Amino acid sequence: MSYPAITLHQVNKAYNNGTVALQDMSLTVEPSQFISLVGPSGCGKSTVLKLVSGLSTMTSGSLVWGDPSRANDRGKLAFVFQEAALMPWATVLDNVRLPLKLSNVPKATSEEESRAVLDLVGLSGFEKAYPRELSGGMKMRVSIARALVTKPDVLLMDEPFGALDEITRSKLNSDLLNLWQDKRWTVLFVTHNIYEAVYLSNRVIVMAARPGRVTADVAIDAPYPRTESFRTSAIYNNYCREVSERLTEAMYGGRQSVAIS
Amino acid sequence: MGQGLAALAWQGIRWIWSLLLGILGTVSGLQASAGSFTGEASQTAGSDTSKSWIAAVFKKLFSWDVIAPLGVGILFLVIWDLFVRITETPPYLLPGPWLVAQTLVKEWPTLFPSLLITVQITLLAFFLATVGGLMISILFTQSKWIERSFFPYAVVLQTTPIVAIAPLIIIWLRNNTFAAMVVVAWIVAFFPILSNTTLGLNSADQNLVNLFQLYRANRWQTLIYLRLPSAMPYFLGGLRISGGLSLIGAVVAEFVAGTGGRRAGIAYQILISSFNLQVPRMFAALALTSVLGVLIFISMSLLSNFMLRNWHESAMKQEN
Repeated sequence: MSYPAITLHQVNKAYNNGTVALQDMSLTVEPSQFISLVGPSGCGKSTVLKLVSGLSTMTSGSLVWGDPSRANDRGKLAFVFQEAALMPWATVLDNVRLPLKLSNVPKATSEEESRAVLDLVGLSGFEKAYPRELSGGMKMRVSIARALVTKPDVLLMDEPFGALDEITRSKLNSDLLNLWQDKRWTVLFVTHNIYEAVYLSNRVIVMAARPGRVTADVAIDAPYPRTESFRTSAIYNNYCREVSERLTEAMYGGRQSVAIS
Repeated sequence: MGQGLAALAWQGIRWIWSLLLGILGTVSGLQASAGSFTGEASQTAGSDTSKSWIAAVFKKLFSWDVIAPLGVGILFLVIWDLFVRITETPPYLLPGPWLVAQTLVKEWPTLFPSLLITVQITLLAFFLATVGGLMISILFTQSKWIERSFFPYAVVLQTTPIVAIAPLIIIWLRNNTFAAMVVVAWIVAFFPILSNTTLGLNSADQNLVNLFQLYRANRWQTLIYLRLPSAMPYFLGGLRISGGLSLIGAVVAEFVAGTGGRRAGIAYQILISSFNLQVPRMFAALALTSVLGVLIFISMSLLSNFMLRNWHESAMKQEN
């Protein structure tokens, strides 16, 4: 029998200053699902990632990993931040190699594996470059390569393409999706871009702010691979409209009608 | 586990090593530039790198970065000279630049050995301040409690006027005046390194700190792979300030100690010259002190640029 990858049950998170970042959040993440968390700022979508990664602790509730008969094993988890968060003093190769170096993997092995993931994200030949020599999109690719180098089961992404221009963003979106189809990680993807969320995910979770909570769970029933023609299809537009409506309901309590595009 | 520790120790050695290489690189850079003037470079003129070295050095020498301050200096000397000649100021009040130069040559046999003593005090104090400042700042960042408890006293040590504590230290260490002077210079010099490096160690990118936490990096890995490299620009900034301050500390110490004999430093020569109204000699000694200070500053700037050449904004040439 198969178990969900991550189960959050009535999770609450309050900060010391009294802000309720999350209220009664429950979410069951199936293995290999690509889930986007969409919502206005302050809805606690980044908090979810911090709780799942263990960078932050919940006030109450439970978070269970995988098979409940096993101990709470985080499995192999990787985090991609909004900023590329590269070490400016290290080359691209050394930046990607960092997670392996921290777990004392021999240098030859770690370099070989780092070169392999750099190839995967399309950055072969940039091993010796320094981060300042790269464009924003390339920095983000390095950041993704660093996350993939440990061969994670779960990928947490916190608005990774938020600071990029639209063209770079859509290119990175389709590249990420191709990799995902191949590797089948479980992905939790935080964004405030509805179109990005619909294009990538098979599930979009809509959240509302103050207090942060889940208000809708939209399944995106469209087959992969999703090509460029998917972006202009009627089904895609319908899903975008639906998520947008749910988002507006979340923000204004559903009293206002919505029109998009 | 043993392997991990060994890897860390190795990384630590490599970090110190890269710092040493940085110093060597700076020195050899200077030698290479000197070599290109003595004709040594003509042997290797076939290689592109030596050509570009010569070109770079010449470009640097004839750039406005050198010509502009040189021009100001010459203008200043000319105005000084004219002022002394026109107002007929007696040399015991203000000697002209030419007289100072002559005195410098004449008094070289007594002034230069004194300068070397001051160089010893300065460099030793600077070295100890660098090591001490770095070590203490690392200690501070390992525990918030240590920093909380001890940092205020580092500030007290810094804000207490050195001229007020120097006599005490010289009395306590009356059997070894040289050591006393090193201690005085050290107290002046170590604080900028301590405060700068502490700031730097605490300024690591928060996302990277989270990343290290996520990959379960231990304290030493975080220190060596993240905090120390993040602190490097701050540490080097501290070195620039402290280099000059250790010279000032040494001068203050010599003034207070007032020791003569074979171990007399350049500041003692300034003091003695002023007592004897040998004002031109005083100016000559002062000029030597200034040159020493400038040399320390230049070498620290070169070191900083070399260490940060690959990544830090301060060492980048901007083209807009």
